[in-house]
Amino acid sequence: MIIQTKSDILSSEITPKAVFDDRRTFLQQAGIGLIAGATGLLTSPSFATSGNLPASYKPGNSPIKLPRFSKSKYGAGEKLTPYDDITTYNNYYEFGTGKDEPAIHSKLFKPVPWTVSIEGEVKKSKTISIEDILKLAPLEERIYRMRCVEGWSMVIPWVGFPLAQLIKWAEPNANAKYVEFISLADSQRMPGVNLPILDWPYTEGLRMDEAMNPLTIIAVGLYGESLPNQNGAPMRLVVPWKYGFKGAKAIVKIRFTEKMPITTWMKAGPSEYGFYANVNPQVEHPRWTQSSEKRIGAGLFAGRIKTQMFNGYTEQVGQMYAGMDLRKNF
Amino acid sequence: MPAWIYEKTFKAQMLVFFSKAPSKEWLSRFRVFLFLLCLIPLARLFWLGFNDDLSANPVEFVERSTGYWSLFMLLVTLSLSPIRLLTGRTWQLQYRRMLGLFMFFYACLHITTYLWLDYSFIWVDIVKDIIKHPYVLVGASAFLLTLPLAITSNNFMIRLLRERWKLLHNLVYLIAILGVVHFLWLVKKDIREPLLYAAILALLLGIRIYYKILSNKPKRNLM
Repeated sequence: MIIQTKSDILSSEITPKAVFDDRRTFLQQAGIGLIAGATGLLTSPSFATSGNLPASYKPGNSPIKLPRFSKSKYGAGEKLTPYDDITTYNNYYEFGTGKDEPAIHSKLFKPVPWTVSIEGEVKKSKTISIEDILKLAPLEERIYRMRCVEGWSMVIPWVGFPLAQLIKWAEPNANAKYVEFISLADSQRMPGVNLPILDWPYTEGLRMDEAMNPLTIIAVGLYGESLPNQNGAPMRLVVPWKYGFKGAKAIVKIRFTEKMPITTWMKAGPSEYGFYANVNPQVEHPRWTQSSEKRIGAGLFAGRIKTQMFNGYTEQVGQMYAGMDLRKNF
Repeated sequence: MPAWIYEKTFKAQMLVFFSKAPSKEWLSRFRVFLFLLCLIPLARLFWLGFNDDLSANPVEFVERSTGYWSLFMLLVTLSLSPIRLLTGRTWQLQYRRMLGLFMFFYACLHITTYLWLDYSFIWVDIVKDIIKHPYVLVGASAFLLTLPLAITSNNFMIRLLRERWKLLHNLVYLIAILGVVHFLWLVKKDIREPLLYAAILALLLGIRIYYKILSNKPKRNLM
């Protein structure tokens, strides 16, 4: 006997396969054109600027598949934080101070074209486009824990490359002891910049050895796709053993300095936020418990988990701080 | 001066809005309406919870929401007397106890969220959190101070304590100040919202103080 069940979906509602396939191809080509094409993996980079793109297409807003990246050993056994949580719970004050605001207010932001200027203690000041930055090194996936100073954490599959590769290209001179990262502060495109809540532009910094550490990456994507606007498109810093605010987003300037840079959060609260901001369960914060954390995505009844020294990356970074008083250098 | 501005501007509207003497029937129906209205924030949390829509950080969401509504109920409660001072109407005062208890109800949910969902009743961590972080200490103190008020909110205790009851319930002003400070200190950088609450509280207390000073002066016809 044949039992026929009625489908809930009208056949007219189903996207014809040809159209569906076409859309996929288009997205792939657009992605390859914009990102991979720029990295020289394909020979049709002109596609991205050929004017064939529909008006509604917005890179950064609708992330595109990254064409080619290798996996890495980091993050084995960690449960990834869902994509929706990573992209709707953001601290990105340029787009508003609410956690849900960056996803809303960055919808129209266009992270292309993009250039980064290199200045300070370098052989020669210069600028580099995002397309050329993507050619500097092969992309790889890095699954990192991210611990926010506010007491929550995520596990994020970033796609990026070691910052060391970009620094090598920048050719800092012998005076360069620190690297300063300056984010875009465009009041036209970023509504939060109109509020005097932080001293814009957002500025972060690393000591040279921290910047050169293999764990430190420039991220250009997550979950295998290009970086969404609210996560810092087109490129951001990721330093997994430090509190999340060290990861400057939408970087437009990299400056090498002899003196330790004063970062935005150091200015905003000198007693609360230090230059190093290493994840450290032993160093108290005046607002939030630092010995434990809430894992985002774990649910209402999951409780807290213990925070690890250097966010669990002691083996890779601990030696850089040997002999330092981490209570003073918080 | 401010009294003169009030007389010339809002007073007429205030008197219309708080009409002279609503009927008994209307007053009791309004009580039921107010009761249901005060349950909406809780119903909303359940609704969002069942739909898995409590944001990426549901514990923080519930903690913030219950804290926010507790403070909101407190400010509404504290606004009933200033309305009397400004309009001379008194019927709204009969809802003060109910609104005050709703403040306590949301404060209890807030504390339960903190102790259970946030800290899983791990008392070592809770004590450490309260001692080390000023805003938590202020919040915890505010909650402890609400306990005697909630316990003595029934008619029996009112009759028993008489004049001392009034004295005890002056604690509500301290609780309100602690509540606003708690909110102000927990916010990282964008203090616009807690400042709004602080401003409303300052206005409500200011009206009381103003009339208090005025009533001590030789009588003047203000009403």
